Amino acid sequence: MLETRALCKSFGALTVADNIEFGLAAGARHALIGPNGAGKTTFINMLTGRLEPTTGTIVLGGEDITRLAQAARVKRGLGRTFQINTLFKDLTVLDNVALGIAERLGVAGRLWRPASAYKTVRDEAMAQLESLGIGGDAAARVVDLPYGKQRLVEIAIALGLKPKVLLLDEPAAGVPSHESERILEVLDRLPAEIAILIIEHDMDLVFRFAQRITVLVQGQVLVEGTPDEIAADRRVHEVYLGEGHGHG
Amino acid sequence: MEAFLASVVSIAFHGLAYGMILYAISVGLSVTMGLMGFVNLAHGVFAMAGGYLMITAMNKLGLPWLPALVAACIVVALGSMVLERLLYSRLYSAGELEQVLFTIGLIFVAVAVARLAYGPLPLSAPLPDFMKGQTELAGRSFPSYRVVVILSSAVLIAVLWIGLERTRWGAMVRAAVDNRAMAQSVGINTGRLFTFTFALGSGLAALGGALGADLIAMTPTYPFEQLVYFLIVVSIGGLGTLRGPFLGALLIGIGDTACKYWVPQFGAFFVYAATMAILLWRPQGLLGRKA
Amino acid sequence: MFDAARIGYAGSARLRPIELAPWVLALLVYFLAPNYLPLGAYVVIIILFALSLDLILGYGGIVTLGHAAYFGFGAYAAGVFAIRVSGDPLLGLVVAAVAAGLLGFATGAVILRTHGLALLMLTLAIASIVFEIANKWTDVTGGADGLHSVPIQPVLGLFRFDMFGKTAFLYCLIVLAVGWWLVRTIVHSPFGVSLAGTRENDVRMHAIGAPVYWRRLWAYTISATLAGVAGGLLTQTTQFVGLSVLGFERSGELLVMLVLGGVRRIYGAFVGPLVFIVAQDYLAKQSPEYWTLGIGVLLIFIVRFARGGLLGLADRARAKLWGKKG
Repeated sequence: MLETRALCKSFGALTVADNIEFGLAAGARHALIGPNGAGKTTFINMLTGRLEPTTGTIVLGGEDITRLAQAARVKRGLGRTFQINTLFKDLTVLDNVALGIAERLGVAGRLWRPASAYKTVRDEAMAQLESLGIGGDAAARVVDLPYGKQRLVEIAIALGLKPKVLLLDEPAAGVPSHESERILEVLDRLPAEIAILIIEHDMDLVFRFAQRITVLVQGQVLVEGTPDEIAADRRVHEVYLGEGHGHG
Repeated sequence: MEAFLASVVSIAFHGLAYGMILYAISVGLSVTMGLMGFVNLAHGVFAMAGGYLMITAMNKLGLPWLPALVAACIVVALGSMVLERLLYSRLYSAGELEQVLFTIGLIFVAVAVARLAYGPLPLSAPLPDFMKGQTELAGRSFPSYRVVVILSSAVLIAVLWIGLERTRWGAMVRAAVDNRAMAQSVGINTGRLFTFTFALGSGLAALGGALGADLIAMTPTYPFEQLVYFLIVVSIGGLGTLRGPFLGALLIGIGDTACKYWVPQFGAFFVYAATMAILLWRPQGLLGRKA
Repeated sequence: MFDAARIGYAGSARLRPIELAPWVLALLVYFLAPNYLPLGAYVVIIILFALSLDLILGYGGIVTLGHAAYFGFGAYAAGVFAIRVSGDPLLGLVVAAVAAGLLGFATGAVILRTHGLALLMLTLAIASIVFEIANKWTDVTGGADGLHSVPIQPVLGLFRFDMFGKTAFLYCLIVLAVGWWLVRTIVHSPFGVSLAGTRENDVRMHAIGAPVYWRRLWAYTISATLAGVAGGLLTQTTQFVGLSVLGFERSGELLVMLVLGGVRRIYGAFVGPLVFIVAQDYLAKQSPEYWTLGIGVLLIFIVRFARGGLLGLADRARAKLWGKKG
């Protein structure tokens, strides 16, 4: 579904991504872990088009998207969430999700009828919110919600794009522990056909969720394998798990 | 040919004097905008205050030129510190619109006060004798006033540049401009740094305004009329640097003088057009750093 | 904010009764205070101008100090057209609209690639350039003297512009009504929500596949067109156009008026200019310096204590009086 070949990124003398070979199959549940500064978010930014790679290619659904703009990648089914909530703070929760749905349906640029007349958009947004358990907050402004619920809105927006590939950048980051269970449930119930790549520091979440794990260290892929393989790998222990970083 | 060369020299000379004044006024704006990320449209107010206060000191208090100049700068610097602590500092995290509105409000207040205190007509500062008349340099004569402006500005610039490179204050400013959060986490008291730098920048603006009072006339609408030029110098030069506005000030100073001399029917058109071209090519300014 | 829940996919675009208040007030002025019609026409024109600014500033989040460029360009276009081609007012308005719209599109296309200080500077630079051109191109614009005795023919050949300003007032009011309906429609539409999105979070908009640059550019062009229409109206009703329609002071003054009324709520653009111009008409004549001083202090006060302007204060007062049922 999504592949990178020999992906590299350097800022002058500083190499933040070094020859990354990566593959994501349809329906995958894949986790990307690594110490801070390993280049995980940089990798995601290259996948989505926020950052241009120095060399290498990115292929989505068989198509080379390396030079494609962000919006075009979204239209081809690539969705993401951000590590820090990137929401429309002053708009309602419903509108936050509806914006993405309207873009997907091609009605977001319409000028003449009021937005409230586009019932399909609204109904789909409501359904999305309900499936994540925050339907009751539809009319609230995002800025008034607790952080954990905002995180769910973040996911809802991405799901509203009906992506084929979903990149989740630390979905549980900053969420207090009593709210993170909800996030985990949501992740479990994500549609099976979406290919999902999740960046996480929370090892419980990673081992519960992922079928494959890639370990990134200083911009390079250290090792890739099943959770059992990774847990047993000595190098990973040395670099990452052994330092006692059990939880994000 | 002879006449053309003479006009080139004349334009370069007058443009340089104008550019130096623009620099003295704008350098403070560049540093504080780069440091605090604050859009201070009211910066010209400090320049105007410097000029008017110097005139008052000379006419009402009978001070000679140099002490009046120094006194004006100190008063403005201290006054700006009060303003910064009381008003500016509360808006550092506010949005761009709030900052624009606040500083426009300041301009309105300053313009009204200036008009009430000094009347609507342009005022000039009485110059000391050694600055009147002409000076002979390399076989040509130049107005002494502008020679003094250029020389004293050069000294000022040298002091400033050394100060930024060599002193602890300079190091802190450079660190905080580069990465404010990081600077705070290594223990730099950014609040005090901002206040001090703001005062320094305003004092320099006052110096530029007072020194340049014969180049850029002192009128109550000074902050409105000159705002465009200061902003142009700062934005094409690049925020948060000393060299950036220097380059900008020279370009604008010489460019504007040249255009007004050779193609007066176009006025300041080329300056604005050049500004647009530069900003579109490099939005961060010629010597600024990409965001 | 007052409007947040009514605009958007779960909102309602139906006209509320209180929205008819401005029009009722205008008609009352027409019938009961005919001496104030010339001033009233000016207020109506500036309201249209303020609406155009609110569209890009309040809803689009684009801070500009150069909006007068489009107002002035439209004003001069209408003036030059009336003098050289035809004094028909509706045709003149079309010319003003097209001229300002083209300028808006051309300048917007270029400056909307930037943001922050660079964008602000560029808006200033554009306004300054237009001012300089008007100042120096005396053959066409009359330079510092401006264009006098701009001819104006009856509207639709039927309604002559009388010397009491009755036709002018109604003419401006009707044009305002069209402009207001347009802005209101845009703000409630999916485009409007999307524009709000670009204001709230540019990064997110890119990440949902929105063509951010084009949305902004269209909004900017529409806004410039409306500003140009307002400028044209001013030329036609005063039969004069001069440098005062351009420049930083005109843009800054409009900004003050809009903020005074309340940004991003359509009716702030009604309240602000009304209060400001009426107060200015009365107070500025008494003492121009104290008027300027007062405006400055008011601005600082608004920024510190009353960000939502007069309508924001009204909201707060209403919430206190009647509980949170606003």
